[in-house]
Amino acid sequence: MTPTKLKPVDAVIVGTGVVGSILAKELADAELKVVALERGRVIDPQHDFASPYTFDELKYDRHSDIFQDLSRETITFRNNAREVALPMREMGSFKPGEAVGGTSLHWGTHTRRFLPWDFETRSRTIERYGKSQILDECSSQDWGLTYEELEPYYDQFEHLYGVGGKAGNLNGEIQPGGNPFEGPRSREYPNPPSSMNYAGTLFANACRELGYHPHVNPVAAQTQAYTNPYKLMLGQCIRGGFCSSHACSMGAKANPLTTVMPALLKQANFELRPLSNVIKVNLDSDGKRATGVTYLDAAGREFEQPAELVILAAYTFNNVRLMLLSGIGKPYDPATNRGVVGRNYSYQSAGRVTLFFEEKVFNPFMGGGARGTAIDEFNGDNFDHSGLDFFGGAYIAVASSGAMPIKSIHVPPGTPRWGAEWKRAAARYYQRNLTVRLHGACQSYRQNYLDLDPNYRDANGLPLLRMTFDWGDNERKASAWITKKAEEIAKAMNPSLMSAQPTAGHYDIVPYQSTHNVGGAAVGADPATSAVNKYLQSWDVSNVFVIGGCNFPQNSANPPTGTIGALACWAADSIKDLYLKRPGPMV
Amino acid sequence: MPPESQTYRYLTQPEIRFLDAAVERLIPADDLGPGAKGSGVTGFIDQQLVSVWGSHGRNYRTGPWPEGTPQQGFQSRLTPREIYRAAIREVNVHCLEQYQKAFEFLAPREQDEVLKGLESGAIQLASVSSKLFFGLLLRNTMEGFFADPMYGGNRDKAGWKLIGFPGVPASDYNDLIEEQNVPYRVEPVSILDVLQERVKLDSQGLPKHVKLKDEGRSGR
Ligand SMILES: Cc1cc2nc3c(=O)[nH]c(=O)nc-3n(C[C@H](O)[C@H](O)[C@H](O)COP(=O)(O)OP(=O)(O)OC[C@H]3O[C@@H](n4cnc5c(N)ncnc54)[C@H](O)[C@@H]3O)c2cc1C
Repeated sequence: MTPTKLKPVDAVIVGTGVVGSILAKELADAELKVVALERGRVIDPQHDFASPYTFDELKYDRHSDIFQDLSRETITFRNNAREVALPMREMGSFKPGEAVGGTSLHWGTHTRRFLPWDFETRSRTIERYGKSQILDECSSQDWGLTYEELEPYYDQFEHLYGVGGKAGNLNGEIQPGGNPFEGPRSREYPNPPSSMNYAGTLFANACRELGYHPHVNPVAAQTQAYTNPYKLMLGQCIRGGFCSSHACSMGAKANPLTTVMPALLKQANFELRPLSNVIKVNLDSDGKRATGVTYLDAAGREFEQPAELVILAAYTFNNVRLMLLSGIGKPYDPATNRGVVGRNYSYQSAGRVTLFFEEKVFNPFMGGGARGTAIDEFNGDNFDHSGLDFFGGAYIAVASSGAMPIKSIHVPPGTPRWGAEWKRAAARYYQRNLTVRLHGACQSYRQNYLDLDPNYRDANGLPLLRMTFDWGDNERKASAWITKKAEEIAKAMNPSLMSAQPTAGHYDIVPYQSTHNVGGAAVGADPATSAVNKYLQSWDVSNVFVIGGCNFPQNSANPPTGTIGALACWAADSIKDLYLKRPGPMV
Repeated sequence: MPPESQTYRYLTQPEIRFLDAAVERLIPADDLGPGAKGSGVTGFIDQQLVSVWGSHGRNYRTGPWPEGTPQQGFQSRLTPREIYRAAIREVNVHCLEQYQKAFEFLAPREQDEVLKGLESGAIQLASVSSKLFFGLLLRNTMEGFFADPMYGGNRDKAGWKLIGFPGVPASDYNDLIEEQNVPYRVEPVSILDVLQERVKLDSQGLPKHVKLKDEGRSGR
């Protein structure tokens, strides 16, 4: 079948999530003719996400049709290269989205910046502790891009998404109440921080007793009504739960539909094409220039969209997969440790301590977003790792995200999973427990990577992306050690019972953990170990920019989207200010 | 809706009797309130099996189908509908051999023995993994007991009353969230309660919760 060739445009954008929507808006503002292709459907949030239908845990947490439809496309997974990868048949460990607006229609809104250290993980670790602190197979590396360079773009994204928080470091001056370990910020957050709930207050008091610096998580669930720089109005979050994994009916959750799209859709030089699944970036005969993309519409008809500029903004998985399917960049080969596309896939480690009380009732259903209270003493290199057999760390937090009953009933250790005794414990403890959680970094390893699966295909007959991933010893050790610290805090809160669970054993794709899949198209200063240069431009095909969590060479403990948004703003400015003036390789 | 008027679209009579008995062991009725059977969980499971999920309509369903490691997750070629159908019959075959009675006629202690055998994998079924079936049954029972009542379970919001979950939120949590150790005990509100205006709504269309008088009602 010969594809229908469409009229050329200046820029074609694949995906309309956090990244795609920002790139589309910024490039349209620069008067480029922009087309965005999105595999998912159009959402009209006022009607599709109307109250009371959004208050439905079964639908949104379990069966939502704004999640990726795995019947058409999934990934395959194995813990190591000795196993045969099998398809992730059912949604589990992560929940990518499939709709105009992407995954953040149902995200948890926790918006932390990465630590300055996160951008220079390898060199700073070696500088402070020597080479022996890093395992041989660990391929974590510096970004070739620093916190200082990204700071203005963090600021831009935080204002776009209306993040509510308290600065801990304003232009180098430590601020009371904020996170004293954060990198210096040029301005306060655009919105005030959330108030602390009872669980958060208990946690904060225990942390202060131990000499730590508790602060409230910054969130993009609006802490007050807010108008963003694109002049769009967001509502105040009512903290009614049904948040992470759910769509918001209050217009309070920052995402492309609330922060960008309504302004963008008014621009005549922008066109949105939903239900358009991009299957390939087309290259010219010597493979050095992209000529556009090929996509299938809802009826399966094939179209070729020629463009001067191609932006991949299709989440970590499809950014990497489209590079591999299109022959952009050298695929990573773990046997030789050569190649870059698919290299350094990483995730997020964890750990938790659950506390049970007899006389304290927490109203756990109140909350929203990844609101909560945290300490950063054990994150990154904020503590001395001398004598420890790992590097990196975790932040420790008590969430106030709204405990939903199907997912969030915790019973004391030793309680049966069902029956009369379980029922009694569920009734007693649903409101009388809280969890102190680790959100941990994840280093990259030679043996963890993404490539094309040799056995399983998508509905269009194209190979699925294959994930080979397991926890590294560094992560298991870090989690075990920091979980002990979390237990000390937990003890200071005086629970009647508690149980601790660090990250251990093998990574398991079944239970939901986080949609913080990163790496595979790392940013870097060296084309031998990175897929894109510091402007997120492909080293090999200079009119292709690849943007998202896929750029992280390893994962920070902090949630990814603040940094993904900053990277999108940074890339948009780099394209506008540098690339368009002189198209071609920027480094 | 009283249980007798429940109609079923997928489950057969023997399957209904099996599930009524099994889910009631997983969440039994007691002095705290109704169990899974009394709150309609069997009807919930029927609805789920008829839904897109019941035939894994949004799951990847192309072979080959090797077994895989536990970390690789669900790899059965059977859908939930097929798993329930095959497993219930085969569990009853096991019960007839072992106790000369179908599952629903066993004493509660014997039923628990069978359920534990399925949970641990000690009882082996001919065509489906017993652990896989038990996992689905427990998961669906919990979902049915705690999901919005519009799906057929959690009848009379029994699951939410048990734990003190208010359902559809009110819009004033921001004013209450800093309170320390002040239990928020209200009559739970379902989606249908809002749509049928069985509760008063505020200007945002959210329910005004009615405080429970009986302080000891939930969260013993
Ligand atoms: C339950 C949940 C909670 C989360 N909580 C947090 C949190 O608290 N903090 C945080 O930082 N992050 C959180 N995240 C992660 C956050 O949602 C993502 O980091 C973010 O959405 C990534 O943005 P993106 O633009 O890179 O990708 P996406 O938002 O996934 O957008 C990519 C878009 O590309 C489309 N697409 C993919 N392939 C193709 C193709 N071939 N052709 C056309 N279109 C395609 C997709 O349909 C999608 O719309 C959470 C995620 C989930 C699921």
